[in-house]
Amino acid sequence: MRAVDFWPPSTLEIVFLLLGLVAVGSALLVVTTRQLVHAALWLVVCFGALAGCYLVLTAEFVAWVQVLIYVGAVVVLLLFGIMLTRAPIGRSDDLDSGNRVVAAVVAVATAGVLVSVVVGGFQHAYADLRPGAGSAEELGASIFRNWVLPFEALSVLLLAALIGAIVLSRTDIKGRR
Amino acid sequence: MIVSLVVVLPLAGAVLGLLLSRRPHGRGPAENLAANKRAAWFGVLPTALSTALIGWLAWENTPSTSVLTVIDTGGIAITAGLEVAELSVLTAMLVGVVALAVQVYSVGYMRGESRYPSFSAFISLFTSAMLLVVFAADLLVLYVGWEIMGLCSYLLVGHWWEERANSRAAIKAFLVTRLGDVGFLFGIFVLGFAAGSFRVADILVADIPESTLVLATLLLLAGVAGKSAQVPLHTWLPDAMAGPTPISALIHAATMVAAGIFVVARLYVLFPQPTLDVLGVAAAIGMLGAALAAFAQTDLKRVLAYSTISQLAYMAAALAGGARDAAVFHLVTHGAFKALLFLCAGAVIHHVGSNLLGHMGGLRRPMPMTFWAMTVGYAALIGLPPASGFFSKDAILYGLERSSSPIQLLLYGSALLTVGVTGAYATRAWLMTFFGTGKIQALPEPAPGTAHVFDGREAPLSMLWPMGVLAIPALLLGFTDAGEFHLAPALTALVVALLGAAFVYVVWRGAPERDPARLLGAFRDPCEQAFYVDRLYAVVFVRPVLALARGVVRTDDHVVDGAVRGTGRAAVGLSGLTRHLQNGNAQLYVTGLLAGVLLIAVGAVVLG
Amino acid sequence: MHVVYPAVVAALLFSIGVYGVLARRNTILVLMSVELMLNAVNLNLVAFDVWLRDMLHSGQVLTLFVIVIAAAEVGIGLAIVLAVFRTRKAIEFDRLRELGEP
Repeated sequence: MRAVDFWPPSTLEIVFLLLGLVAVGSALLVVTTRQLVHAALWLVVCFGALAGCYLVLTAEFVAWVQVLIYVGAVVVLLLFGIMLTRAPIGRSDDLDSGNRVVAAVVAVATAGVLVSVVVGGFQHAYADLRPGAGSAEELGASIFRNWVLPFEALSVLLLAALIGAIVLSRTDIKGRR
Repeated sequence: MIVSLVVVLPLAGAVLGLLLSRRPHGRGPAENLAANKRAAWFGVLPTALSTALIGWLAWENTPSTSVLTVIDTGGIAITAGLEVAELSVLTAMLVGVVALAVQVYSVGYMRGESRYPSFSAFISLFTSAMLLVVFAADLLVLYVGWEIMGLCSYLLVGHWWEERANSRAAIKAFLVTRLGDVGFLFGIFVLGFAAGSFRVADILVADIPESTLVLATLLLLAGVAGKSAQVPLHTWLPDAMAGPTPISALIHAATMVAAGIFVVARLYVLFPQPTLDVLGVAAAIGMLGAALAAFAQTDLKRVLAYSTISQLAYMAAALAGGARDAAVFHLVTHGAFKALLFLCAGAVIHHVGSNLLGHMGGLRRPMPMTFWAMTVGYAALIGLPPASGFFSKDAILYGLERSSSPIQLLLYGSALLTVGVTGAYATRAWLMTFFGTGKIQALPEPAPGTAHVFDGREAPLSMLWPMGVLAIPALLLGFTDAGEFHLAPALTALVVALLGAAFVYVVWRGAPERDPARLLGAFRDPCEQAFYVDRLYAVVFVRPVLALARGVVRTDDHVVDGAVRGTGRAAVGLSGLTRHLQNGNAQLYVTGLLAGVLLIAVGAVVLG
Repeated sequence: MHVVYPAVVAALLFSIGVYGVLARRNTILVLMSVELMLNAVNLNLVAFDVWLRDMLHSGQVLTLFVIVIAAAEVGIGLAIVLAVFRTRKAIEFDRLRELGEP
């Protein structure tokens, strides 16, 4: 592995770090904001920034899937959830539990451990970025050549989740006594 | 081949008697009777066959060894084999005849007893074990028989276990003999390892250093003292009289208690002088003490029990004095006449319904057969000519007179004194049983150890026959060795014995109603209590052991169990504290979980 | 591209997700935090796939799978939340304590 200095950072790295900063910042807002709907919207920002990160990392197909599914579907689903549970729209002061301080300590400790381990472990790792490695063509070939079985299993899982969600949310289906 | 049949037949009888007597099942009186009848056949037939085969072996009189298999133990091999030698055949003959007599006798004695099948089966098992001891070619095989005998003794002493005293006597007999057996086993080990073989024939010719021999034989002596009821392990034998009288006749008079003497005789060449001296001192104390104790007993069977201890001590003394053949001779004659005495005593007890001499008297007329048989027995015991005991005692006294033992004077003096005391106690028991006026009163209920209350008849035929059969050897066995007869010691012993007997007779004549034991005066109570040895043991051994046992129980209760219970209580208390953490808030749980994972990770990094 | 950058970003995102899971009362917010954690993992997968030049593209393929599973999870999770809301009239974590020691 050839050693590459951290300074000066390449353009790609600068772009990636900026996107990462956006992602981390918006994620922080997601977990600290006092408005439910804002949290969902900050989540959109976070996911979008992550999609950008994927793009920089040449994983373009994953990036678009991220935008489609996360931003397009998951967040919308969450918004529906917020509405259906009749959550207060607007500021509410009781979104955080009394567990906050302990949670913060644990989270900071987690971050400390993970970051130190990761920095210690991958200090000299350097990835050469080759455009096209994550294109739809390559990934599609890989999925349908090598990953067909997990793919099919996953489709069954999705079906099961679909049915489960329907059964759970419909009120006219009673459990067997 | 034949010798193995001799051993196996009674064993087979025992197994069959235990398994088949009660088939078809039933517990009614009729079924009991049928079971007893079957059990009687299972008991008598194999023993009779076995005795006949022993007779054949004696007729052939060729020493032989038959080995079934050699058990390879990785160390010294064990030879599962039997050996026929002159001494073995002689002793086996005694065992067979007495066992047969006792089997036949118990048919009458235990009539109607619901546990008779197991009783006769145990007698058969005992017979088999004793024959195994007698014929064993290997010390460990001998030990097997030795232990089975102890077990049978325990089972049969406790035959009427419903009475607490009987089961206690059984346990006492078991424990005391076991104490000796530990020494015996280790003696066998020492001998076996010194000689490199457990075979008797090899050990007898092995070149073993004297110090090892002293150690080994002293250890063996512990087992001998336990089995043969020698001082200081004699205390179990009088209590063992709690068993049925046929058992006392077979096991505690004629055969098992003689096994110790037999083993010493068998391994006699191994015994160095120091061990023989120890044996001699114990025997000298035992024979006189036991004879004196016999004089003061009020229970007929206990009189005979102490007499047995005394007579066994005679044999031990003869062994200690170097007169091995005399000891074996006395072993055989004693086996015959003491078994006879016990069987007669059983008949008397059966008749009177009590063990106590004070309840007897004047039985000469209602039980003439028993009277004559018992007279023969007593004559042999005292050593009156022409009964067998006269000759065997003479041989022993002659041997002791000429002994080169350093304690010859002690042995000889003690033996001579004992002859006198023996005459006295035998005469006392004889007179109190058969003469004077009858004091029989029917007891409301048979005392334990007795089967029936007084019914005014002579004993049944099945009991009389064995008595008659045993009376013949008791009377005539002496003549088989009459060629070795020595007049001087015989006359001395006769005069001393007659002196003792006459003294008692004169005292009794003066007041037939009163116990001649009053002769002893202030000495009577110590004699009756057998010189307080039992009490001494109770103070020195039993109580400390019991206290220790109680201490162990208490420790177990409070310390061991306390620790267990404390653990439980501590767990409950601690969980009472931690249950407050289970407040149902899943976030708290996850927080704890993650914190734990982090701690482990950090710990792994820091420590690893 | 230094692998440390995406790895650190992923670690920070994961920690933020942990904080959200532990600190938020609203169940839907907790679900969002879980999504954050899943995305942190995705970022890692993609970065290491690129770094290792995996011929099978297992990192990116697994990312796709994780996205799919996350979608299913959100669907089921929301269904459960709705069911809880219908029966308990509340989706606050600290008000759902039926399993606690009395």
